[in-house]
Amino acid sequence: MQARNLNLAVGAFVLLGLLALLFMALQVSNLGARSASNTYELKAYFDNIGGLKPRAAVRSAGVVVGRVRQIQFDDQQYQALVLLDMDARYQFPKDTSAKILTSGLLGDNYVGLEPGGDTEMLKAADRIRMTQSAVVLENLISQFLYNKATEPSAPGGGSRK
Amino acid sequence: MAIVDSIASLGQACIRFVLGLGNFAILLAKILMRTGAIWRRPRLIGAQVHFLGNHSLAIILVAGLFVGLVLGLQGYYTLRRYGSEQALGLLVALALVRELGPVIAALLFAGRAGTSLTAEIGLMKAGEQLAALETMAVDPVARVLGPRFYGGLIVVPLLATLFSAVGILGGWLVGVVLIGVDPGAFWSQMSGGVDFWDDVVNGVIKSVVFGIAVTQIALMQGYGAQPTPEGVARATTLTVVVGSLAVLGLDFVLTALMFGEL
Repeated sequence: MQARNLNLAVGAFVLLGLLALLFMALQVSNLGARSASNTYELKAYFDNIGGLKPRAAVRSAGVVVGRVRQIQFDDQQYQALVLLDMDARYQFPKDTSAKILTSGLLGDNYVGLEPGGDTEMLKAADRIRMTQSAVVLENLISQFLYNKATEPSAPGGGSRK
Repeated sequence: MAIVDSIASLGQACIRFVLGLGNFAILLAKILMRTGAIWRRPRLIGAQVHFLGNHSLAIILVAGLFVGLVLGLQGYYTLRRYGSEQALGLLVALALVRELGPVIAALLFAGRAGTSLTAEIGLMKAGEQLAALETMAVDPVARVLGPRFYGGLIVVPLLATLFSAVGILGGWLVGVVLIGVDPGAFWSQMSGGVDFWDDVVNGVIKSVVFGIAVTQIALMQGYGAQPTPEGVARATTLTVVVGSLAVLGLDFVLTALMFGEL
């Protein structure tokens, strides 16, 4: 009888620990969300991915419709190849365009999809043709400074004209 | 003369440290070599899981709950300054799963269960029970130390996981129920930012390492204790001190290995 009580107590303890691990897997981490839905893969080439990371969200109209699975460098085209895991529930037209956007001012990068008007849908392993790179702040600043330098000086400040 | 003495004591401390490491490795190897013999009596391991685990459950659960409550409060106050209270769930979960769960559970285990292991084995030695076992051709390492080692090895990861889970519930209690953070954002930010393999599994691996370290240090201190009341007392103290420092030091090394950039 005493041995049975001991077994029961130990079993309950181990079971409780495993339940906690299950809670971690399904509720706390992303394991449940990822394995629950099946996905199809899309490819996209970008000139510059900025700070995009694997597992970043893919959004369309602000809704998460997939995740970035892998980012590689393509040394034939000298571009970044981004593989996207798309939620199988959502289909996008063939002329969908992809942009790399930033959530908020300081937030993470994500891939934004804008659907086009094509009647054919993208299938698994298809490539998204139209892409727009991430905005790199340094380029933006240098462009701004360059424009400032080339434009004619302002009417108030320019005395020579 | 004083300088010579202090240099000598430095040398003595170094020699003692290296001796301790050597004893640790030898005893660990002895136990690991007897794994087959130890697992032939699973009942002994079960009894140790009960003694080390079930009896530590209350302190682990209560401590985890309060750590989670405090993390929720402090995290909320800080995150509110940046207008990102929604990230509270992520903050609480990552802090607990990666660091606080394994570390605090191991520290509490060292205090709650490690001391009792040391005292038990030290008193067995003082009462010459270990010598009696040897006289009867029963290997004390396989019969007494082994089941306790594997018990600790099983128990500590379970306790750490429970600690983290209860802590997250504590953070949820403060953040969502009391303060009113949006529950959808709380859970979705959490599951969006916590990776099962990178964060949860690495936390479990950490706690397995801590379990080995703390249990093994407790056994070593008890097994090597002077068979006198003072010796057992000193060994029990050393278990807590050395065990806690080992957990904190190992945590730094493991964190650098696991979460470092490449």
